[in-house]
Amino acid sequence: MSPTAKSSGAAKAAPEAVPAAAKAAAGPAAAAKANAKPKLAIFGAASCGGCDIAIVNIHEHIVDVAAAFDIVLWPTIMDGKYADIEAMADGEITITLVSGSMRTDETVHLARLLRRKSKFMVAFGSCASEGCIPGLANLSSRKQIIDTAFSTTSTDNPDGIRPVWEYQAPEGVLHLPEFEPMLRTLDQVVDVDYTIPGCPPESKQIWAVLEAVVKALNGTGPLPPKGAVLGAGESTVCDECARKRDVKKIDRFVRIQQVAQFDPEICLLEQGLPCNGPATRDGCGALCPAVGAPCIGCYGAADGVVDYGARLISAYASVVEAQKPDEIDKVLDGIVDPAGQFYRFSLAGSLLRSSKAAWNTDGEK
Amino acid sequence: MSAQAPLAPAPAQGTAPAATFEPVIIGFTCNWCSYRAADLAGTARTKYPPNVRLIRLMCSGRLDPTFVLKAYAEGADAVLVTGCHPGECHYIEQNYKALRRFRLLQRTIEALGIEPARLQLVWASAAEGVRLANEIARVTEEVRALGPLNWPAGNMVDLDAFNLDAAWEATGGDAGGPPAAPDGANPEHAAVAR
Repeated sequence: MSPTAKSSGAAKAAPEAVPAAAKAAAGPAAAAKANAKPKLAIFGAASCGGCDIAIVNIHEHIVDVAAAFDIVLWPTIMDGKYADIEAMADGEITITLVSGSMRTDETVHLARLLRRKSKFMVAFGSCASEGCIPGLANLSSRKQIIDTAFSTTSTDNPDGIRPVWEYQAPEGVLHLPEFEPMLRTLDQVVDVDYTIPGCPPESKQIWAVLEAVVKALNGTGPLPPKGAVLGAGESTVCDECARKRDVKKIDRFVRIQQVAQFDPEICLLEQGLPCNGPATRDGCGALCPAVGAPCIGCYGAADGVVDYGARLISAYASVVEAQKPDEIDKVLDGIVDPAGQFYRFSLAGSLLRSSKAAWNTDGEK
Repeated sequence: MSAQAPLAPAPAQGTAPAATFEPVIIGFTCNWCSYRAADLAGTARTKYPPNVRLIRLMCSGRLDPTFVLKAYAEGADAVLVTGCHPGECHYIEQNYKALRRFRLLQRTIEALGIEPARLQLVWASAAEGVRLANEIARVTEEVRALGPLNWPAGNMVDLDAFNLDAAWEATGGDAGGPPAAPDGANPEHAAVAR
């Protein structure tokens, strides 16, 4: 595999003057060396590509990655054929990073294929681990999603054409990846060994994880236990946040555009801005609250949290001061979109996984 | 929940005879008041519907919203939260916290398409056995009228064991099947019937 690595190696080893015989001798040796490297696959599934950019953002370390691994598949960055993966022995790929969610039967098929061929399967980023923004599609039924995509006023589709998954053309039956009724996370489809959270994961964290993996493969470092969350902390964003917390009582929730200036020193939640820090895993460095924007929860649930939204509901309810039902309702009116606030990144991975609209299509025409 | 066709909702509410539907309600009780109220109802031979499964917590403030969502995800039709009357909490003010969680959780489940009546809050002191029994009866009838929730989330892990297309059709699918070929399209390019 990896014709790129092989040819560049051959180019280095064989200047123009070298006889053909020497070139031929260098060829198998280079191939054997390439084969000795652990194989790495990076697969996008349903994702925006931001995770791939975050990986490339480790800058010159990407050369170290290429030196340490034989990259067999990374559709965003390089050519690689699914057929080559299919031809591999089971477990031949050492580590596979899947950075997207399971949206179509094609992504599900490829996730299964890569699982079979890989020793370690990593849910890389928020989409793979908890659904992320694409997971908000689980608030609607498949029909609603397709209608919105193909027949809203901004779409020029006078014939009301809809995608079909199988199509009889004169040349034969054409297949499109089928859009599944619900978006799923990677671990709802295949067994996952490790999770790297974040939307996208911070590049320095990615490098730290890859470094640790290389060490573990060399036998100079420990292998994390199965199921571990890598490249992140074990506490919450609040623990990393430099803002001061003291009153822990609020009498209103506001939206960020309703307030001209927030106090730069004090906890945003205490200032009434719904901040997801109390439920969100640390590891990002609390970048958003540091610049005055609330945490939106992209690093997923903190350690020990079963349902991200439930934890956040609990946290918010604890800081509201009101005690009478009508006063409580007045404060809670400030959270205009509870499902979006509490499950922006984690709906598909939550206990309920979707809204009722996604699966109950009674009476839908 | 049955193993077949996880995506297929229960039969439409009109078709199943309402009398045969026995809702499953998970009831969370507070050790100091509503659990004792339920106990009192039992000692006094006050009847209440067996649909409610009571779980004792030390306080309604112990109620993590996770418990409620897990109940729905694993087949409960409704959740009943009970606690001490405002101002009477054994732990001073934790029932106010329970009230705020309840109100916020109710808004959230509503946004996820679950009827707010599937989450109810009832205050009952240790002396109010009859009142608690009556409230349980009222909640049971309200939930019975709503019909089964049948949340499929717990089964979604095994989605692939099922025929997606059949499940999709069972949910109503795309009414009328795939759209007809638009005018001017090659009639030979008809979509394969599914």
